[in-house]
Amino acid sequence: MTDSDQTAALQSKTPLNETPLKTTPLTDLHRELGARLVPFAGYEMPVQFPAGILAEHAHTRDKAGLFDVSHMGQAWLVGPDFETTAAALERLTPSSIAALKPGRQRYTVLLNDAGGIVDDLMVSRPEGEADDGRLFLVVNAARKDVDYETIAAGLPDDVRLEPVTDRALIALQGPMAAEVLAAHAPEAADMAFMAARAMEFDGIAVHVSRSGYTGEDGFELSVPAGAAEPIARALLADERVAPIGLGARDSLRLEAGLCLYGHDIDETTSPVEGAITFVMQKRRREAGDFPGAERILRELEDGPKRLRVGLKLDGRAPAREGAEIRDPDGKPVGVVTSGGFAPTLQAPIAMGYVDPAHAAEGTALVLAVRNRELPATVVPMPFVPQRYYRKPKT
Amino acid sequence: MTTRYTEDHEWITVDGDVATVGITNYAQEQLGDVVFVELPEVGRKVAKGDEAAVVESVKAASEVYAPLDGEVVEANDVLADEPAKVNEDPEGAAWFVKIKLSDKSQLDALMDADAYKAHLEGL
Repeated sequence: MTDSDQTAALQSKTPLNETPLKTTPLTDLHRELGARLVPFAGYEMPVQFPAGILAEHAHTRDKAGLFDVSHMGQAWLVGPDFETTAAALERLTPSSIAALKPGRQRYTVLLNDAGGIVDDLMVSRPEGEADDGRLFLVVNAARKDVDYETIAAGLPDDVRLEPVTDRALIALQGPMAAEVLAAHAPEAADMAFMAARAMEFDGIAVHVSRSGYTGEDGFELSVPAGAAEPIARALLADERVAPIGLGARDSLRLEAGLCLYGHDIDETTSPVEGAITFVMQKRRREAGDFPGAERILRELEDGPKRLRVGLKLDGRAPAREGAEIRDPDGKPVGVVTSGGFAPTLQAPIAMGYVDPAHAAEGTALVLAVRNRELPATVVPMPFVPQRYYRKPKT
Repeated sequence: MTTRYTEDHEWITVDGDVATVGITNYAQEQLGDVVFVELPEVGRKVAKGDEAAVVESVKAASEVYAPLDGEVVEANDVLADEPAKVNEDPEGAAWFVKIKLSDKSQLDALMDADAYKAHLEGL
């Protein structure tokens, strides 16, 4: 038996021997915990731990999972004041960065001149006067270099990009994440979803945001590289926490209906096609002052040529990236961009792009898998309800 | 009854002229959690190297190739409902297919247990 070339979502396209793989401050710990390490975006990363992907996925949904996401890019955008820095980033994205309040985070996209997505990223505005003029960015590992070039090329003289290379990024995700983290960093407990705050974890200065990419409540902790292992060990010492690999991270984000860059969105897809128009706030849509605005505004008005949809398959056989989507008569109408077995649903799910005529919820389609046609239905996303933390009104 | 192995991590036991084929423990460990198994129809003629089954783990699909020429005489339908059996008992209850061999001499080209063990150590 051999492995098909369908692990693209989990493995770098770079051959193992071409360039030495980078490690993260947690690589030794992963090895100690029995991880299976694979090349991913130029890094040696844990795809799974001994418990296996299904158990890790369930653990994250039930308790709390610890993820090493140190391969992702962290960077500061630094200008003379908030308005200047926000305006600089607005020239590259369709989001309202200027409206970002101190201590808040936002999901956005970098656009090319054709309205295609260069990357999706998180941007947060620190609290505190001292950090006025600074925005913190977290970008995808595989897109780091392209992003930094794109951003640097688009900045005015008084704003600069400062990639951060001495910090690790740890995600703690799941319904018990808040309680677990609060034992070490009490301030984390009452943060709202998409809040970002500097605080101490057992006396170590860390940046914490209440966000993640699993559909669960959770946090991402940007920590000094040297403190990553003690912090990870402190969290893992809690019996509610288990180490989780990239395999489960992928199945969790798929169930949550979230896009994986390079698969579900790329330089050819627009935010309208990708069904992430929520990144474009009203002021920016009205102003039309972002790269590729002509195309994007036209798609908003007339509808896109293709649209990302969720698909639920009958039976148990999963459809993977690249599978053709057909109408019930066998006519090609699109292609799967992410697909797999949804552990929470115990059923195969997929997302892909279809002709808008076939994008309505409930539309019956078929997915071509190994010369067979598997029946599927367009369903709303997320596939599994998101459980982000909403602060109770007081 | 001796068991033979392929370099692609299939095991084969032969009873008379019928071979039972599955994947090795090493293979299931590499695959991780199996969530779906697609088996061939009974009666299908297969030649050595043909795709005979597909195993889907959470991460990926992997093909299982026919290790010998013959005709599929039985498929293990239990795996359709309980694919996780491949992880639990790969070299026992979770066999994939039984193939009526057309040329038993092809067995001679396959590895015995010791040779397969050495093959694994070389990986």
